[in-house]
Amino acid sequence: MAKTLFDKVWDTHVVDSIPNGPQILYIDKHLIHEVTSPQAFNELKNRNIPIFRPKQIVATADHNTPTENQHLPVKDELSRNQLQQLQQNCDAHGIELYALGHQYNGIVHVMAPELGITQPGMTLVCGDSHTSTHGAFGAIAFGIGTSQVAQVFASQSLLLKKPKKMRITVNGNLHENVLPKDVILYIISKLGTDSGTEHFIEFAGDVFENMSMEGRMTVCNMSIEMGARGGMIAPDETTFAYVKGKKFAPKGADFDTKVAYWKTLKTDASARFDTEYTFDASDIMPMITFGTNPGMGMKLTENIPNANDSNLEKSLNYMNLEKGASLVGQKVNYVFIGSCTNSRIEDFRVAANYVKGKQKAPNINAWLVPGSQLVVKQIQEEGLDKIFQEAGFKLRQPGCSACLAMNDDKIPAGEYCVSTSNRNFEGRQGQGARTLLASPLVAAATAIAGKIVDVTVPVLEEV
Amino acid sequence: MSSFNTFTSTAYPLPVENIDTDQIIPARFLKATNRAGFGENLFRDWRFQKDGSPNPDFVLNQEKYSGSILVAGHNFGCGSSREHAAWALKDFRFNVIVSSFFADIFKGNALNNHVLPIQVTPSFLETLLQTIQNDPSTQLEVNLEAQTLAIGNDFKTSFEIDPYKKMCLLKGYDDIDFLVNNLNKIEAFEQQHIY
Repeated sequence: MAKTLFDKVWDTHVVDSIPNGPQILYIDKHLIHEVTSPQAFNELKNRNIPIFRPKQIVATADHNTPTENQHLPVKDELSRNQLQQLQQNCDAHGIELYALGHQYNGIVHVMAPELGITQPGMTLVCGDSHTSTHGAFGAIAFGIGTSQVAQVFASQSLLLKKPKKMRITVNGNLHENVLPKDVILYIISKLGTDSGTEHFIEFAGDVFENMSMEGRMTVCNMSIEMGARGGMIAPDETTFAYVKGKKFAPKGADFDTKVAYWKTLKTDASARFDTEYTFDASDIMPMITFGTNPGMGMKLTENIPNANDSNLEKSLNYMNLEKGASLVGQKVNYVFIGSCTNSRIEDFRVAANYVKGKQKAPNINAWLVPGSQLVVKQIQEEGLDKIFQEAGFKLRQPGCSACLAMNDDKIPAGEYCVSTSNRNFEGRQGQGARTLLASPLVAAATAIAGKIVDVTVPVLEEV
Repeated sequence: MSSFNTFTSTAYPLPVENIDTDQIIPARFLKATNRAGFGENLFRDWRFQKDGSPNPDFVLNQEKYSGSILVAGHNFGCGSSREHAAWALKDFRFNVIVSSFFADIFKGNALNNHVLPIQVTPSFLETLLQTIQNDPSTQLEVNLEAQTLAIGNDFKTSFEIDPYKKMCLLKGYDDIDFLVNNLNKIEAFEQQHIY
C-alpha cells in the first residue's frame, strides 16, 4: 500500500496495537527540561517505577534560566530550585544534562538538532509543544504533557491513536525578503489556529525543498500554532549534509547505511492524505501579526481586517489597535530576536546583515538571545557580535527568554514588542505585553527604525 | 487515580474562543515542582485585576455561578503543552470541560488527569451557554458510561470518547499501568529496531 512519509516513520515504531484502541508507539529520543519534568520524576518515584532507558534521554535547562550572568547563582529561589531538581534527577538516573553554562546548553529545540541527536526517521518527544521543530529532519516529533513524560520514562513508549495526515504544498519562488517565518505565518493566517488539530502535517513543494535546515525548523516549529501535533519535511541531501559530522550523528559506514534508509523516507506518489492544501509562493510577502493568536496575521502592507467579530474586537482591545489600520509606522519600543523558532545562526546572519553599518533607534530595547552556546560560538566566529555591537546591540546568553517570559526577560505592560518568537497570546511576553510576531528581518528593521517599516520595498538610498 | 463517576453539577459559562493554556495558567506560575496548588492561579490574568483584587466581570468571581463543569468556546486549550493547565482546572475543582472543539495536547493532558473533555456541536454549545447564563442554577448531568450530557430530559447530546480512555476513566487506570505491563513487548521490539 502506498504510504506517506508520516506512515513510514510511524509504522516502523509501532510496538503493538490494542484492538479498537490506541497503539504503543516506541520513542527513540526523549528530550527533557526543568519545567515539565519534575512532576514526572516524582510520579515514578512515588510509584517505585525505574527509568526504563535513561541513555535515550537528553536534558537541558532553558525555559526558566537567566540570559545574563549565567555564571552567578540564579537569583529567583523557585527557578533555582527547579534547576537544582533537574540536576539531582539527572544525576540520580544517569541522564545526560547540559546544564546552565555547559558548552552544549541551549533551547532544547536548538540544541538537539545541532548536536545530531535529532535524525531522520526517528520518533522524538519532549514536554514542550514546539517539539514539532524536529520534524524538519523527517522525524516524527511532538510535544507531550507531563503524564506522558512519565510514561516515556517508564517504558520509552506512549499510547497513541495514529493522527490524521495533512499535506501543505507550496510551489514557486519566494519574493526577496520573504523568510521561512513569513511562509509559516502566511499559512497559519490562511488556515487558522485550529486547522491542523488531530493531524500531522507534511510540508512539500519547491519552497521547502529549497530551504535550509534552519528554515525548515522554523516552519515545522510553528505547526503546533495551527493545532497540529507536528510537521514534517522529507529528508534530502540538505538534511544529510546538515546531520553529517554532528557530535551524535552516525559515523562512517553506519552513516552511509542510515542515509540509504533515510532516502526511502518519502511520500509515495499515490499515497493519500486526509487533508490537502496548496499555496503559491508568489502570494507570500513579509508578514506580521496584529492580534492575540498566531493566526491573526497579515502581510506587512495590508490593513487589520474590518470584520464584525467579537473575538477580533477582544484581541484588538488587548493590543490597543484599530480595525482597518496599517501597522507600518507603528512605534515600537521592544524587539526580541530569539526563541526556538528563530534563534539559529541563520537568523542572526539575517539580522546582522540588515543592521550592519546602521544604528539602533534610541527608543528601542532590543534583546538578542541566541538559541544555544554553539550558536553563540558561531556568532563570534563569524564576527556577527561585532556588527551587533557597532550597531548598538548587546547579545544575551542562551535560553527561551522573552518568548514565554518565565525569567526576568519580560516586556512591560502596554508595550509593543516585535518578536521572532511563536506566540502572541495575551501576557505571553509579560503581563499586559503586546506581541507582534514577525521574521528576524522585520525585527531587525524595527530595531533600527524604532517603528515598524515595510521591508517588502527596498529602502531608497539617497543619491 | 480515582475512578470517574456519573454526576450532576451546575456550570460556569466562558464563551471565549481559542482559550490558550497561557491564559489558563500563565508561565510565571510554572516554577513549582509538584502538581498541587495551581488552581489558585487558574485564569490568573483574567480573574484578577492589576492590584490583585478579583475582577468582578470574570465568571469565576461571580457568585451566581458554581459547580465543577466549565463550558467554554471553540478550540479550548490551544498553545503550550503545559499539563499545569489541566492540573489548575482540576485543582480549582473542574472535572468536566465542555467545548465545541479542543486542542489535541490539552485533550490528552485532561484525560490523563481524569478531567473529561466533552466535545459538543457549536449549536449545542450556544444553547448550553445561553441556558446557563439565563439560569445559573441549571443542573447538567454527565453520564460517562452512556456518553451523554443532558439538562433534564429534553435537552441531551451524546459525545465521543476513545473506548480505551473511557475504560481508564471508569476504572481509574492510567497509561503507565498499561505500558509497564507491556515492557516485554517493548523490549522485544527494541531488538529489531533500527535506532
